Amino acid sequence: MKDHTAVRMIKDKAFRVIVILLACFSMLPLLLILYYITRNGIAVINWEFLTQLPRPIGETGGGIFNAVIGTGMLIVLSSILSIPFGITAGIYLSEKSEGKIANIVRLCVVVLQGTPSIVIGIVAYIWVVAPFHSFSALSGGVALSIMMLPVIIKATEETLKLMPYHLKEASLALGVPYYKTILKVILPTGLSGILTGILLSVARITGETAPLLFTAFGNQFMNWNLFKPIDSLPYRIFYYAMSPYPEWHTFAWGASFILVVLVLAFNLIARGVAVKWKVQF
Amino acid sequence: MESTVLKVEDFSAYFGDNQILKNINLDTSSNLVTALMGPSGCGKTTLIRCVNRMHELIPGTKVTGKMYLKNDDIYAMQPIVLRRKIGMVFQKPNPFPMMSIYDNVIAGYKLNGIRLKKDEFDNIVERSLKGSALWEEVKDSLYRKGTFLSGGQQQRLCIARALAMNPEILLLDEPTSALDPKSTSAIEELIVELKKTVTMLLVTHNIAQAARVSDFTAFIYLGELIEFGPTEKMFTVPKDKRTEEYLTGKFG
Repeated sequence: MKDHTAVRMIKDKAFRVIVILLACFSMLPLLLILYYITRNGIAVINWEFLTQLPRPIGETGGGIFNAVIGTGMLIVLSSILSIPFGITAGIYLSEKSEGKIANIVRLCVVVLQGTPSIVIGIVAYIWVVAPFHSFSALSGGVALSIMMLPVIIKATEETLKLMPYHLKEASLALGVPYYKTILKVILPTGLSGILTGILLSVARITGETAPLLFTAFGNQFMNWNLFKPIDSLPYRIFYYAMSPYPEWHTFAWGASFILVVLVLAFNLIARGVAVKWKVQF
Repeated sequence: MESTVLKVEDFSAYFGDNQILKNINLDTSSNLVTALMGPSGCGKTTLIRCVNRMHELIPGTKVTGKMYLKNDDIYAMQPIVLRRKIGMVFQKPNPFPMMSIYDNVIAGYKLNGIRLKKDEFDNIVERSLKGSALWEEVKDSLYRKGTFLSGGQQQRLCIARALAMNPEILLLDEPTSALDPKSTSAIEELIVELKKTVTMLLVTHNIAQAARVSDFTAFIYLGELIEFGPTEKMFTVPKDKRTEEYLTGKFG
């Protein structure tokens, strides 16, 4: 009998150790990525790198200023395009839990979420690039906004579904019209959840490269025109990394570092918002 | 001077094919508390919700008969206009969680886009919170969130929110069923105090509560109005056998 207990104890311990080890193992890829990017990238990070434009082949130095601005513009543009549609669709789905249209919309959201980003890029090419006969910031924004949509819709729907029904009743019983109840009571109460969803969707699209390849295209000059090609961090990394020049390779690491820091920051802010602005009932 | 505030005439309500209320006739007079009592599922909550037409939120409901609020046909009015004239307090306290105590009280104005001067709002807030006996407890924390208050305080905040709109009638839908005994007695005292200025319709499944606070009582059973009259009379000499059985605890 005693032996049995001992064997069981050993098995129990072994199981625990294995679970903890494997859990730690899953963090390894992220740690390695951060390690390599920091080791190779941090050396080139300085004020010049962040504020200067890329130089032509043959000249040393230069920076990624246009790519940082381009990524910023793409984020703003795709947010402006996707947030109104995303929140509205989310409201509709949370208000209408059954019904033919709602179910179709819900299915589309799931499928859209799984659609390969390169395909979304092609669609944006057909919609925006082809009619305007030019690669453009706008087309990149359209592609990325399509990628943001499902995340925002899902986040809004899930958040608003958690709102207690008596909150809506309280407002309607005061004679507040339905649309004002949604806009002034339900939405503000769910703001933290919706904002978290938006920030996570931004984090998701910040690093997207594939849909930008034939939409925003890339541009080694500074560009503020929405109808002209624009640079972005992922594209700049791609471009530098594919080049045969060692200095440009280190620039690719540097740009990667900035990109990872950005995505990390969006994720951390999203967490902060979710915790800090959480509404108590 | 007593006058009829709410008049219910041959009123029936249906959920789908299911008849919930059967031919109800009822008058409530001003500055009195009318209690609707009866066992669970008898239709008392449905009746009170038909007064401010909150039952229409549930699809498949249908009503016949008439209801008048001071001679205005309730079912001929726009619901949003009607609901501004009728205050409602629910079973569970439901202050708006993202608003301060101050904003909660004037929520009926703010959410409806009614603009008043700051000092007018200040007056409404003070008057309403005093009316709901909450002023002394919260006057120093008006700008804190309403959800920090205790359950009983939250319920009084909800009463203040309803009072702020100067309602012609206040509907109380089992306002103490989610509260502890101490908060319950505070709310009951408040109801007795409030009837100097407001007419109230109180739904309760608590017989003792109906006896303590109401002037008139309506006993509803299986969707029918069995008996309606002065509370004292009904509790001492009930006319109907079913009322007597309910009051003595034989069912319900």
